[in-house]
Amino acid sequence: MSKINELFNSKLNVINVGIEFFKDDILKQNATATHLEWKPPGGGKPELITALDKLEDPALLEKIEAANKLAVERIVNSQPILIGFDQAINCVPGMTKTTILHSGPPITWDRMNGAMRGAVTGAIVFEGLAKNLEEAAKVAASGKITFAPCHELNCVGSMAGVTSASMFMHIVENKTYGNIAYTNLSEQMSKILRMGANDETVIARLNWMRDVLGPMLRDAMKLSNGIDLRLMLAQALHMGDECHNRNNAGTSLLIQALTPFILETNFTTEQKREVFDFVASSDYFSGPTWMALCKCALDAAHGIENSTIVTTMARNGVEFGIRVSGMPGNTWFTGPAQKVIGPMFAGYKPEDSGLDIGDSAITETYGIGGFAMAAAPAIVALVGGTVEEALGFSTKMKEITTTENPNVTIPLLNFSGIATGIDVRNVIQTGILPVINTAIAHKEPGIGMIGAGITYPPTEAFEKALLALSDKIS
Amino acid sequence: MSTKVVIKQSTYFDSVSLMSLSTKANQIEGVEQAVIAMGTEMNKEVLRNVGLLTPELEGAKTSDLMIVVKAATDELCESAFLQIEELFKNKGAAKGTSDIKYPTIDSAAKSIPEANLAVISVNGAYAAREARKALDNDLHVMLFSDNVSIEDEIALKQYAHEKGLLVMGPDCGTAIIGNVALCFGNSVRRGNIGIVGASGTGSQEVSVRIHDFGGGITQLIGTGGRDLSEQVGGIMMLDGMKALDEDEATKVIVLISKPPAPSVEKKVLDQIKLCKKPVVVYFIGGTEESVVAAGGHFAKTSKEAALKAVVLAGADESTINKRALNIPLVEEIRAKLTPEQKYIRGLFCGGTLCDEAMYIAMDKFDNVYSNIQKNPDYKLKDLHVSKEHTFLDLGDDDFTNGKPHPMIDPSTRIARFLQEAKDPEVGVIVMDFILGFGSHEDPVGVMLPAIIEAKELAAKEGRHLEILGYVLGTDLDSPKIEDQVNKLMEAGVTIASSSTNVGLLSREFVVKGA
Repeated sequence: MSKINELFNSKLNVINVGIEFFKDDILKQNATATHLEWKPPGGGKPELITALDKLEDPALLEKIEAANKLAVERIVNSQPILIGFDQAINCVPGMTKTTILHSGPPITWDRMNGAMRGAVTGAIVFEGLAKNLEEAAKVAASGKITFAPCHELNCVGSMAGVTSASMFMHIVENKTYGNIAYTNLSEQMSKILRMGANDETVIARLNWMRDVLGPMLRDAMKLSNGIDLRLMLAQALHMGDECHNRNNAGTSLLIQALTPFILETNFTTEQKREVFDFVASSDYFSGPTWMALCKCALDAAHGIENSTIVTTMARNGVEFGIRVSGMPGNTWFTGPAQKVIGPMFAGYKPEDSGLDIGDSAITETYGIGGFAMAAAPAIVALVGGTVEEALGFSTKMKEITTTENPNVTIPLLNFSGIATGIDVRNVIQTGILPVINTAIAHKEPGIGMIGAGITYPPTEAFEKALLALSDKIS
Repeated sequence: MSTKVVIKQSTYFDSVSLMSLSTKANQIEGVEQAVIAMGTEMNKEVLRNVGLLTPELEGAKTSDLMIVVKAATDELCESAFLQIEELFKNKGAAKGTSDIKYPTIDSAAKSIPEANLAVISVNGAYAAREARKALDNDLHVMLFSDNVSIEDEIALKQYAHEKGLLVMGPDCGTAIIGNVALCFGNSVRRGNIGIVGASGTGSQEVSVRIHDFGGGITQLIGTGGRDLSEQVGGIMMLDGMKALDEDEATKVIVLISKPPAPSVEKKVLDQIKLCKKPVVVYFIGGTEESVVAAGGHFAKTSKEAALKAVVLAGADESTINKRALNIPLVEEIRAKLTPEQKYIRGLFCGGTLCDEAMYIAMDKFDNVYSNIQKNPDYKLKDLHVSKEHTFLDLGDDDFTNGKPHPMIDPSTRIARFLQEAKDPEVGVIVMDFILGFGSHEDPVGVMLPAIIEAKELAAKEGRHLEILGYVLGTDLDSPKIEDQVNKLMEAGVTIASSSTNVGLLSREFVVKGA
């Protein structure tokens, strides 16, 4: 029987795109109809539709699908292991005594926002490259400092992402593919370097982290065979974290794994007590750890020819940048950093907010954070308040991703895997942007964190990426 | 300035909920500053930064909830506290909207394996792409959108043909699949007659007449107006005919179109020869010989097409109310018109209805003008001014131009009607009122005030204003056809019972010296 005759003989089941009352009329006649929440692809821009059309040519499509399959396999199969801690100068390839890493795509000192300038000057003082903040600003502008995005040195950094030579780093090795990712340690609290604060209390804390916390963690991990972070992440999601803005469970799991080794280090009981108090002072302690995990898995998927999978989303407070697997190396596609909307600390108003900043969107790139809101009902206030909305966010992200990661699942969504492998084509086709949970730093240097909320990337970054992919893939 | 502090011991809320509550608390009238937070070091630091940390708060434990309110007066502080208590109680009920929304045809088709057809009515610039996505997913397509290029139409139909799928449209207003009307369509009985139509309202008219004659429809496949052009080559009409020929429920096939391109007409006629079932052909303004030679049944009018189909499908012709032309009525109207009231002015929503009435008028008159006239000599030069006999398809791009179709938005027709009603040379104004899915909920009702106004004006001037109305619909349609017809009659409008009779009556009303 022909397909047309099959249609005559089966119950009509319509997908309606466009005028909604056509769906209502069909329902009135006792047939089934589903109305799409459709938007013009690429926001209706002809050059984007042409690019989408071009990439749908069967021969190209086959190549892209194969490349993307490989890319998401590498993300899913990556097994990031925490193997140690050490100072950046000792472990990060390319690090120098005058290098300062920052979050997001490349940016020069003169274009940095308040929080990043605050962090950079604080780091220069911390490294002894200037006596005070005033002098530090001159050093920063002098050209003596090598600025580079964390991402370009296998690192990630939360908020301003400012990372300097003597800071202690997580060292996370991809057991499956061998690459290594790094990130520095949580400063806990709100008035901290990464949020742009830089007074003597901030520097004193950094000194203590360099002299006590970092060495203790380094020595502890020397006693360990490595900590399987993906396994721990999966547990944390089952315990109600989304591992970007909520890290209560993850931090407990991580310190529980570290504690026996910490106890065996040669530090005084008092120092150990300080470290445990420090960890207990904020649930965020493991936040950077998950970022390094995500970076480690996504780097393994970067540089696959013809792949349209996003491997990096990162912001420097001025620009939001993405990198795509099929555009190897450090090709960034950028657009303006956006506002973050959400609850704020007492005394601060939306106009005090700095724009979206930090490499922490690596978590969403991997499929946690905003993508895993459904795992963290306790923080639905970030997204408007209801658990349904949280479920909606996680479900919607599957429209722009390629697969689900079976190793990291969400109980409330029937244990389906996290949405994995953002496809530039899907973002442009659907107009759905990745949702990002994040903190808000004050726009002026020296103040720190003032709230948290959600934000989205600028569409331009994805538009530019699609056009570049369409030019490149042939 | 007053500051009030409350510490609730061993009361846990997560930090994000508390930030959200704090934000709301800060919006309470009179509140200078409000902080609701757990007694952690970090939160104390925040309080210290804004100068609100008291010794009492300093002593709060991590497990204690701190509430601090600063306001202009004690009273304001107290009332803010009461409202904050309310905020804790009232965290909002779940919305319960778990309806899954799909953004693309791909994702919907993947999640709904039973889906078998896509109705696409997005802007023409995007329509072809969506149609292709639907075909990729093995969905038949009803392409309602207009402004799809002929190249896209050809590519889509060829692709659909290869996959054995239907593409109805573009610019296709009507279809009935499995007794379900899509977009613009009427409620008609299920039966044994299948229709393939390249004319939207023409297909609706034939389906309605078949219903009126007691017959019923299996499927109505609207192919879109360009299907029978040279370039498209009738791909969907041919595929539709084949499918209906194979369809067990279908006993008779009816084809409706404006006259096809000669090469396409030949293909259709060749297909008629291959059909096992009788095929009735209504090509508006077409000729009989070639159809008969191919073994088809020729119909000169839509009504004749419906009648022939019903009879071929097994009805006893003698029992059918054919709604013959009311000759005494014609005499009566002629008597009311003065010698100078000699022209027909047709104001149609339905393009095919306009076409049919126009062709019927052209049988007796030469001076028939229209915006859809094929003969350039009789194409209306100034669309805003009627000339002699004028038939306007108000649903054509000439008149819509960014506005909704007159089946939905009657404003253009109302204005034109009032203009025509003042013309002393007008013998009869003809209007169609289309009921059913997709149409205006009360097409007669929106026209009625203008009709009454025009009638009153004509009466003052001492002339008869003849208005001929036709309501296209069945007794199953909404709104009720009976009510619509009654409203017209009460306003003094003469009623025609079919599209064909609209043409015949209007023509006969103004024939002089017959």
